[in-house]
Amino acid sequence: MITTDILIVGGGQGGAQVAISLRQGGYEGSIVMVGDEPDMPYDRPPLSKDYLAGDKTVDRLLLRKAEFWEKNKIDLCVGKRIASIDAEAHVAITDDEEKFQYGYLIWAAGGYARPLPIPGGDLSGIHVIRTREQVDLLRLEVENAREIVVIGGGYIGLEAAAVLTKQGKKVTILEAESRVLARVAGAPISEFYESEHRAQGVTIHTGVAVTHLEGENGRVKSVVLANGDEISADLVIAGIGLIPNKDIIEAAGAKCSNGVEVDELCRTSLPDIFSIGDCACHANKFAEGAFLRVESVPNAVGQAKAVVSVILGDPKPFVDVPWFWSNQYDLKLQTAGLNHGYDETILRGDPATRSFSLIYLRKGQVVAVDAVNMIKDFMAGKKLVEKGLVVDKASLADTDILLKSLLG
Amino acid sequence: MSKLIVVTRDGEEKILSGSVGSSVLEVIHDAGIEDLMALCGGCCSCATCHVYVDDEWISAAGAANEDEADLLEDSEHRKTASRLACQIKITDKLDGLRVIVAPED
Ligand SMILES: Cc1cc2nc3c(=O)[nH]c(=O)nc-3n(C[C@H](O)[C@H](O)[C@H](O)COP(=O)(O)OP(=O)(O)OC[C@H]3O[C@@H](n4cnc5c(N)ncnc54)[C@H](O)[C@@H]3O)c2cc1C
Ligand code: FES
Repeated sequence: MITTDILIVGGGQGGAQVAISLRQGGYEGSIVMVGDEPDMPYDRPPLSKDYLAGDKTVDRLLLRKAEFWEKNKIDLCVGKRIASIDAEAHVAITDDEEKFQYGYLIWAAGGYARPLPIPGGDLSGIHVIRTREQVDLLRLEVENAREIVVIGGGYIGLEAAAVLTKQGKKVTILEAESRVLARVAGAPISEFYESEHRAQGVTIHTGVAVTHLEGENGRVKSVVLANGDEISADLVIAGIGLIPNKDIIEAAGAKCSNGVEVDELCRTSLPDIFSIGDCACHANKFAEGAFLRVESVPNAVGQAKAVVSVILGDPKPFVDVPWFWSNQYDLKLQTAGLNHGYDETILRGDPATRSFSLIYLRKGQVVAVDAVNMIKDFMAGKKLVEKGLVVDKASLADTDILLKSLLG
Repeated sequence: MSKLIVVTRDGEEKILSGSVGSSVLEVIHDAGIEDLMALCGGCCSCATCHVYVDDEWISAAGAANEDEADLLEDSEHRKTASRLACQIKITDKLDGLRVIVAPED
């Protein structure tokens, strides 16, 4: 049995930040981080961007070099998976029966890419984008692929489509909803990205249901739609969302719903166990207190800091405005706030100029801003959302008026 | 390798060395200086890697690019010497560069 003051489960963005911030805050106890990927903690967003494109090497992906963890006495156990937790005894056990006795446990286990829930979903040649290993495999197969079908028009699917089109592949995006990004953004944003992708040569079909995948010798060869259409594919990428890793901690007795439920200090319902990042579900004040998971780096890092503040004895809840970015082609999208329950949008600027923003209102209040190649609006938008201001709509739409001048 | 001098938020001066081609941010992080959150991982989207370039080095380091300037514009701690550490690449010409970590916004 290994005894440690802090046991971090999951060596991703959130887990790594807990360890880093603890040491930065002068914490001297022992820290063990167990992660089931073979890699040291790395930056995930480039996986569908520069890393997929081959513009970033593995070295540059790492959040810190190996020496950093050694020097700071952070014990990284990579390639190990925690399989069960005895919350009362404060013991976590790995797949291979290794036991860790902990003081505090931080469940920072993220999630995994939702597999295609349709016949043929297990053929070879079907890929998802969540880990470095998965992307390496994808990159290897992309080399010999000509026709690529991306199932799911969310951010990750669109980013991958952008990279692969640039590499000369024939890319088709299939989206079940009536527009891409339907779950995350307003219609003008969807329309803009659809037209950009089409202009780059991507084929997009929206409102289509994929019924199954056809294979040949165990390898995918086409995607079949409910209307009978068959789209040939050398390779398929499924970008249909994330399933949070919560089964193990739920089995240990933690209250879970759409994720591991935590309070504003990221405490779970179990003693001395915290949860952060993509797997943690919290009442978010920017969504009228709705329980939700925020899948973004700033959220994982901010929650990590909240946990550290508790451990260091000066509790500070994480209540920053959620934000996120997505890079496709030469387009930089930044979003601030959560558009949860919005009832109105205001378009600011002309999408045809490839630089504009969409402002989301809920009962007149600015709740979110999506800014495309418009960093100024993103920065000011974050502050508008933070203050929850009700602003004159005509002024919001008027590009001659700087958003920041509306901050009052 | 190129020399990089960093003044941390505690006012401590640290002498680091970084390989040509890496960013000032990467060199600072690899040295275990955790003052910069660098939330976006260096893709010029967040402004959490704000530093001041020492007066003597301003022209050698060059001006902020357009996106960078927009990100920095609203910082309470903006100065003419402001840059984002992820956007300054270490070059032979910058051997000896001195930067000061800006206060947190
Ligand atoms: C392709 C892609 C692009 C993205 N782009 C952006 C972006 O542009 N901007 C942005 O803000 N966010 C982006 N995100 C989201 C962002 O990467 C995540 O929000 C962030 O990584 C969450 O951090 P985390 O620590 O919660 O989870 P993760 O980083 O996923 O880390 C969890 C780790 O725990 C491990 N683990 C799980 N179960 C166990 C177990 N039982 N035992 C041991 N280890 C375990 C997992 O294997 C994983 O390594 C992107 C994500 C992906 C996949
Ligand atoms: S790290 Fe985000 S702008 Fe430099």
